[in-house]
Amino acid sequence: MLGPPPPPPPPPPPTQRWARDHPPPSLPPQSVFGTPRRPSEGRYDPLPLFPQNRAWTAPPPPIHPPKVLCGTPSPPHSPPPPPSKQNLPPLPALTLPEDGLKGPGRPESGAQPFLHHREALWKRVLCAWRDGGLRGLLKEIVSAEEEGLQWAKTALSCVVTACRWLSSLHGSLLPHLSVRCKALRGPFCAGGRNGAGRAIRAFAWHPHTSKFAVALLDDSVRVYNSSSATIPSLKHRLQRNVAAVAWKPLCASILAVACQSCVLVWHLDPTSLSTRPSSGCAQVLSYPGHSPVTSLAWAPSGKLLLSASPVDTAMLVWDVSTENCVQLQWFGGGGVTFLAWSPDGSKVLAATPSAVFKVWEAQMWTCEKWPTIKGRCQTGCWSPDGSRLLFTVLGESVIYSLSFSEYRGDMQGQVGGSKTASIVADLSETTFETPYGEERVGGAVQSMAWDPTGERLAVIIRGQNPRTAGTQTVVAVFRTRNSPVFELLPCGFLRGEQSAEPQLIAFHPCFQKGALLTVCWSTGTISHIPFFFLSTHVPYGSPGRSPAVVTASSSVREQPLFSEL
Amino acid sequence: MEAAAAGRQRALLRQVLGWRLAAAVAWSGLLLPVCTAAFVLLSGIQPLRPLRWLSDSFDDLYTSHVIFCILLMSVVVLVISVFNVEFYAVVPSIPCSRLALIGKIIHPQQVIHSVAHAIMGMLVAWCAAVMTKGRFQFLAVPCTISESLNDAVPQMCLNEYHLFFLLSGAFMGYCYSLLYLINNMNYLAFPIIQQYKYLRFRRSLPLLVKHSCVESLYSVRNFCVAYYFFGYIPKMWISTTMDLRIDSKLHPLDTLSGLLDLSLFYHVWLCGVFLLVTWYIAWLFFKIYATETHHFPVQPTFAEETDQCLPKILNSNPPLIIKFLALQDLMLLSQYSPVRRQEVFSLSQPGGHPHNWTAISRECLSLLTDLTQRLIAQQEAAAANGRAKQQVGEMKVSPQTPGAVVAEDIPFQLQRSDIGSPFSSPALNCKAGILDLSSPWHGSVQSPLVMRRGPKLWTSGSGLQMNGSHRESFPVLSVARVGSEAVQPSFIYTWLQNKQEQIKNFLSRRVLIMYFFSKHPEASIQAVFSDAQMHIWALEGLSHLVAASFTEDQFGVVQTTLPAILNTLLTLQEVVDRHFKLPHVSSKPPRSSGSLVDTSYKTLRFALRASLKTALYRITTVFGEHLNAVQVSTEHKKRLQQFLEYKE
Repeated sequence: MLGPPPPPPPPPPPTQRWARDHPPPSLPPQSVFGTPRRPSEGRYDPLPLFPQNRAWTAPPPPIHPPKVLCGTPSPPHSPPPPPSKQNLPPLPALTLPEDGLKGPGRPESGAQPFLHHREALWKRVLCAWRDGGLRGLLKEIVSAEEEGLQWAKTALSCVVTACRWLSSLHGSLLPHLSVRCKALRGPFCAGGRNGAGRAIRAFAWHPHTSKFAVALLDDSVRVYNSSSATIPSLKHRLQRNVAAVAWKPLCASILAVACQSCVLVWHLDPTSLSTRPSSGCAQVLSYPGHSPVTSLAWAPSGKLLLSASPVDTAMLVWDVSTENCVQLQWFGGGGVTFLAWSPDGSKVLAATPSAVFKVWEAQMWTCEKWPTIKGRCQTGCWSPDGSRLLFTVLGESVIYSLSFSEYRGDMQGQVGGSKTASIVADLSETTFETPYGEERVGGAVQSMAWDPTGERLAVIIRGQNPRTAGTQTVVAVFRTRNSPVFELLPCGFLRGEQSAEPQLIAFHPCFQKGALLTVCWSTGTISHIPFFFLSTHVPYGSPGRSPAVVTASSSVREQPLFSEL
Repeated sequence: MEAAAAGRQRALLRQVLGWRLAAAVAWSGLLLPVCTAAFVLLSGIQPLRPLRWLSDSFDDLYTSHVIFCILLMSVVVLVISVFNVEFYAVVPSIPCSRLALIGKIIHPQQVIHSVAHAIMGMLVAWCAAVMTKGRFQFLAVPCTISESLNDAVPQMCLNEYHLFFLLSGAFMGYCYSLLYLINNMNYLAFPIIQQYKYLRFRRSLPLLVKHSCVESLYSVRNFCVAYYFFGYIPKMWISTTMDLRIDSKLHPLDTLSGLLDLSLFYHVWLCGVFLLVTWYIAWLFFKIYATETHHFPVQPTFAEETDQCLPKILNSNPPLIIKFLALQDLMLLSQYSPVRRQEVFSLSQPGGHPHNWTAISRECLSLLTDLTQRLIAQQEAAAANGRAKQQVGEMKVSPQTPGAVVAEDIPFQLQRSDIGSPFSSPALNCKAGILDLSSPWHGSVQSPLVMRRGPKLWTSGSGLQMNGSHRESFPVLSVARVGSEAVQPSFIYTWLQNKQEQIKNFLSRRVLIMYFFSKHPEASIQAVFSDAQMHIWALEGLSHLVAASFTEDQFGVVQTTLPAILNTLLTLQEVVDRHFKLPHVSSKPPRSSGSLVDTSYKTLRFALRASLKTALYRITTVFGEHLNAVQVSTEHKKRLQQFLEYKE
């Protein structure tokens, strides 16, 4: 049950809001604990949590975002909010509407719009072989209309039937192999269920600078930089079906792009003014049988790149500079749908399409297997020190937490996870009474992001049943604390304009004054929402903290915050 | 003293590597029965009668000759392992020209290797023939020679199939040895991630089998061709020496129809696969065990362990493999082990000196400085390409005897107009060299590549001289040489010089000679970076330690060396950048084939470039603005600022 705060009425692209009229909400930690928690109750007093939230709700309700943000795409990125008050780095908030982009450029046969004309059989067969391999060749011959090939057609149709039967048998034995590419694109991309109809395919902040890469529907990748007006647009012959982008850490400008058949590693010159880097700047990392690549993760030390595909059972570890790779094979469970490298570099989460996920230890590359009860692991995120993993399971609306013993290099080849995962938050559907009517929020978690200081957690909650009116996809923000005990407190909700659904969320990796959440909406808008706070990495027992907090939180370990299942 | 040091090093080598080699040999021996069983199973294949086939094969496995063959094969594997141990190298030797490759092949050591492998191959083929049974089993078979119908005398005849088997085994052994050399399979490539030995073996096994199958197929094809042409020689020789007759009823094998025997082909191929799989398994185990990490203590707990602790090993001059293992261990400890890092940053108990850190950082820095100097020398050589010498001769010679020299000096003259005089400042000299190399087309019709290569025929002597010289000292040296020669322009000297140029010119026009002598640019670059793995580890270890020192170094021992480290890294960065701007230097690694043959030594320079940049970023990211307080030269400060702004 979701308890606390009344969801603020749809906060429209908040970059505008806070910049325009009020100082952004600063969240002093002690205010949270103003009311004692009553864990036995299903519902809490929602009120006193966030005084600053009222400030959010103060201005008249649903402001639909001004034209600058989501209107015409003529200025490719709108002028950032005046940074005078907060002296933020100017961040490009932009809109990339879908209709401005061409759909993925598929190589269509140029003959289609023209007159019907049949080529000679051998030509068609050759074409079919080139496009569809042996199977395409067989199909083409079987469907050929020419006479005189009757016996061959009969024989080959038998072969095709046998092949189909065999492949269905094969598929029933190894279910992950029968998942076809189209089916894969939707659910396993970071963006969520409806792969179609979203302008932004993938998003990634550069780990050290104010620069981000956006993969668009037309398979181009654009790089926006707060300090330069140049927007390089990366296109490559092999850059199709982009599913993920990732910047190399400890590096100025190396971007890995997960494509249909390969991983492209773009070496961009950060000082160059060119808007179309040549495809010679891209390294192609491909491995037979490793496609489509849908997830990528760089080692925080910048040395290795992990790539994974839902179809390939092996995960590849790339040494990008030399293009060597090592296969990490495991049997059972199929491929890998989601990868997350812990920020301290010691562990990697790899989720599979079946009801099991693995946590690899990144020194000797051994793994621990975690079966889930209900479905596959949908998403996960690591605490900054790599000691805690939050993850969600498809079809459940709860967040699980898994803690790991502190990593020391001396315990080689041990992952050191605790025995069971505990539930830390229940996000099932709840109704709120707000001044603007009844709001229903809650459901399955689509993706999660934890900010680099470990104090804010953003979660995209998708309504369980999209047909019921009122339930909508929102971004819920929680305040978290990892030490001495784990705490997770609700902070607020974010909602886009009327038809906009949040697709991707990411935190700015080096925002000095707190945390900066970037949300990519389904309309193609990218907006930045800052959270200003003082990091609680202050000496223990400093005057900023009330003693009540300490006693309250140290009493229970891993409290389920809202309710207990 | 020398002997004692050598003895100590040998003891260290034995201690570190001894048990590993034993384990590798033991494992490859243990896998022999499995391979043999598979071979027996496959060689007796009867697809139409599967049950009969299986029962026959299992019966065969317990027969005495199979067990004897396994014993013999273990001896073979032992010999192969000994050769692996004797021939391994952590720094690959890369032949720069075709002549060097030929020289390597006919080097006595390699000849011994090849002959031994051919004999071992023959032994394996004999075992395979015995285990295959049927018509392959014996060299001499009874036959009836019937000159006329009535006097049919039973006699011993030569079984050509058996001979074919033995010869094919010898051929494959030789091929294995040759490919071992050409593919640099003695090079121990260290893996990019640490994994357990079992997992590494399991990962490589399918590749190994596939590689062996393909290799065996090619070998059999080549052998068939060879046997078709030269098969009669060994046949005649054997039959005369062993007094065996040749069965005229059997079809001779050195004919086209004789070689088109599918069963023979299959069995020979299977024998080749068996041979290669067993040998490659021994090789793979050796590689896996030798490149496994070794844990060197940072601080000795007992007095007798002092020789084995990391700083000591790094600073002494141990066998290369030990040095590699030590550097690998340094990289791992700096990255993963806070406890051992603490030992590195600790002070010595009486005295309070940071001996560990000093020793480690000094060794890493000297490694990196060495590389910097080597690269500078190589760049000078590439830029000047014998010009240092030529300028001297040029000054004196060209007015007297234009002739042959002028013809090849067209590009150099153009360069000289840039430089002004050979006595110009070294920086300008260097810059001009790079300038003209980046645009190597000087209007001459002949390819600049050939022009530049021409004089390279025997400038190796001057190249060697330059190798040793320091960057700063090099121009001084050359100037000094110019000066001394200017004083006494000997007539004989100029005449000799002239002749030499003429001969060079003459030879460089001959295509065949150029074919053998021409240096492959890619190969010579690879040769420069052949031991770069050491430098990569030194960079990673150093940068991780420095980054960790920001929070973990209680006594500030790292701070004292930070300027030196930054200086070294930035200078190296400059030089590496310049190196990648040279012509012929491809900016992208070649595609790795993903086969069993490891070609990672070809891409080491790219790994070095990437890890150098990452190392610098690691330090700048952690230290941030504090680096402004570190004393470095203004030029380096500018560079650091770029790193701090992520603009490199």
